[in-house]
Amino acid sequence: MAHDQSYTGQKFKVVGNRFDRPDGVDKVTGRAKYGADADAPGQLVGLVLRSPHAHALIKKIDTSKAEKMPGVKAVITSDDLPADHCGGRPDMLHILENSMARGRALYDGHAVAAVAAVDAQSAKQALKAIKVSYKKLPHVTDVDEAMKDSAPVIHDWCYTGGVDPKPSAPSNIANRTQMGHGDPEAGFAEADFVVERTFKTEQTHQGYIEPHACLASVNTDGSAELWVTTQGPFTYRTVCATLLGMDIAKLKVTSSEIGGGFGGKTHVWAEPLALALSRKANRPVKLVMTRDEVFRASGPTASTSIDVKIGAKKNGKITAATLDLRYQGGAFPGPWAMLACMTGFACYNIENQRSVGWDVIVNRPKVAAYRAPSAPMAAYAVESAMDILAGDIGIDPVDFRLKNVAKEGTQAPYGPIYGPIGIEAALKAVKKDPHMKARLKKGQGRGVACGFWFNIGGQTCVDLNIGTDGTVNLAVGTVDVGGARSSMGMIAAEELGISYDDVKVNVADTGSLGHNDTTEGSRGTFSSGMATIFAARDAIGVLKERAAKMLDVPVTDIVWEKGQARATGKGHGNLPSLSLKEIAAKSPNTGGPIAGHNEVVADGAGMGFAAHICDVDVDQETGLTKILRYTVVQDAGKAIHPDYVEGQFQGAAAQGIGWALNEEYVYGANGRLENPGFLDYRIPVCSDLPFIDTTILEIPNPMHPYGIRGVGETSIVPPLGAIGNAIANATGVRMDHAPMSPVRVLEALDNQFLEDQVSAG
Amino acid sequence: MQVSLNGALRSGADGAASIDIEAATIRELLTKLVERYPAMSDHMDRGIAVAIDGVVYRDDWNQPIPSNAEVFLMPRIEGG
Repeated sequence: MAHDQSYTGQKFKVVGNRFDRPDGVDKVTGRAKYGADADAPGQLVGLVLRSPHAHALIKKIDTSKAEKMPGVKAVITSDDLPADHCGGRPDMLHILENSMARGRALYDGHAVAAVAAVDAQSAKQALKAIKVSYKKLPHVTDVDEAMKDSAPVIHDWCYTGGVDPKPSAPSNIANRTQMGHGDPEAGFAEADFVVERTFKTEQTHQGYIEPHACLASVNTDGSAELWVTTQGPFTYRTVCATLLGMDIAKLKVTSSEIGGGFGGKTHVWAEPLALALSRKANRPVKLVMTRDEVFRASGPTASTSIDVKIGAKKNGKITAATLDLRYQGGAFPGPWAMLACMTGFACYNIENQRSVGWDVIVNRPKVAAYRAPSAPMAAYAVESAMDILAGDIGIDPVDFRLKNVAKEGTQAPYGPIYGPIGIEAALKAVKKDPHMKARLKKGQGRGVACGFWFNIGGQTCVDLNIGTDGTVNLAVGTVDVGGARSSMGMIAAEELGISYDDVKVNVADTGSLGHNDTTEGSRGTFSSGMATIFAARDAIGVLKERAAKMLDVPVTDIVWEKGQARATGKGHGNLPSLSLKEIAAKSPNTGGPIAGHNEVVADGAGMGFAAHICDVDVDQETGLTKILRYTVVQDAGKAIHPDYVEGQFQGAAAQGIGWALNEEYVYGANGRLENPGFLDYRIPVCSDLPFIDTTILEIPNPMHPYGIRGVGETSIVPPLGAIGNAIANATGVRMDHAPMSPVRVLEALDNQFLEDQVSAG
Repeated sequence: MQVSLNGALRSGADGAASIDIEAATIRELLTKLVERYPAMSDHMDRGIAVAIDGVVYRDDWNQPIPSNAEVFLMPRIEGG
């Protein structure tokens, strides 16, 4: 049944409240089951042998000694993962090769073999017994170095796409992308002020607290089960089944509770290895990555090098802007610079703009999505340049942004015209926020920055089943990464007109529900919310039919109001209204179970925009930047459960703050990662941060019945720019390299001091 | 109907920034696009989204395209 997804301005009773989270008690008492918490009779321990080299030819892998060791049940190499199941698809071939090296180790930590044994000690001894003969090859880990003609070419099949004519020789540049509109050169010629700067950002990890973990069990009949921490059980099913040559329907994937993902659990890593080990050993295999493995071999974001140029008139109107974006995607091609081209100038109405992106291959782990992937780095460059330009012109930086802000009708950098969007409202809210009027002391500074993320929808499917006592089970296929169970329960209760406490929401396994796209792109509440609304309305249709039978009236005479069926029309005035519970109680005798179901392609996601305010204190002797106060203003369309929305704003800002100030992958000259652990790769903890204030704006998305926009990603975008601007206002020094760690800030302060000395003669 | 192409897709259409195609739905649009520009199939494999009057459709190929609509083809993005 087709449903209208248009926004209707519906009034709410349940939506908008702040109920206790349904998973809270289980999580704080340790009862919640995460990826490593499942066990099966006879399970084996899976471990992975990884390359110690940044780039090396694998001349030989001798597993014979390991295979003969007591307790060892299976040893696999790439020979156990034939590529012919991939059907020649480059994306699948790259995932397969990333899961297990095929003739060459492409980065430090690249898997080369794996074992399954009866216990961890036996598995560790087996790893040591595997002899790998390597021939080290030249490597490159820096994005700018990798683009040089002198760089070692990592893949001989990589010819730069997006250029004409096609290059005659391979290189590390996988693709060139250009987008924009107008005539930037003419625009710059009109400008009274032009800022042109280069910025760099280092590679960061999503930093989820829970490492990748799974329990794989392959049966002799070809069926299999995978319990796993993931954002996308259906995607994991599709990918793993493809890589291993299995039937999709025979692989049941169950998502555990998830201890953070942020994009890093949208991709498979060691899961295909666990399945291959289980298939070979004919026993269940549990594989839990160590933190060292998580850092070295899963999911970091790109490191980047970016040139930005913005020109404006004296009156503050931007006349032209360009970006040159160089993003490394690790050892395989990716879309990361292309995404940056699409997002860099998205907050502004710029008539003449051009963004050129270069997707570059280096000897680092395969880059994965990280919360608004690629946008924070481009925004760091753009938002820094915006403040520099505002300073040159002599205009307030917020006023400068408002003068050039994108609105409904503005052409986006990626082409289409925006519908209703919230960045102007966010900036106006920033201007009025009490935070902007708070006094700062010497050595302290305030910065403002904007951010954008697309948000997406996608394939979604839910089941809603009403029990005979009138309580409701809702099965969703989007993993609960940020409060979806609570929000979906509220939506179901709202539609059915019942209590929130009467709805129990479960995340279904892949054998119980139709395909759901991965919980990514801030799609969960938008998409499953839409499907839940429609499923509940389907169930109401059934409830009305049953009520009609109970009251012995035509169903066309039944209306559903406030959770009750009521007969309308002549002669029905004395008939009682029937509650959902009353109808449910009689369901065995009126036609059986009452259910609603919906499958939908939830298109029309509303764009997300945010503006942030940040106050910092910079210690001039140590270079340490302390966040004094932080405010997030973001458009949510409609906040279903405001606590969770605020939590998303705060979490995203906290991750952006870590990216801005501390977090970075440090590679040695030998191409090995030197800080694969939370001691040396420091994410912010509570004591590092103030309470992050939030303001939720609600500018309805016209393409959702409740007006919902995704909220999970956008607020990781502004912090780098906001903090860079705050540091500049605190110290007079513009930081052009993130993270803006104490070492870099101190170096910049020292350089500024020396320049001042020279200027003073 | 004029259909604009995001810069990332133009290599599949001989570098054209926009093309004229008559199509009543997204499915018809994409089918005719690949018929006319076979090189566009590589982009199709990676994913194409269609923006109709500013609303981005990533998956729903049954979506009707009104006459005089602003139609923009762009890469089909995902997220984190």
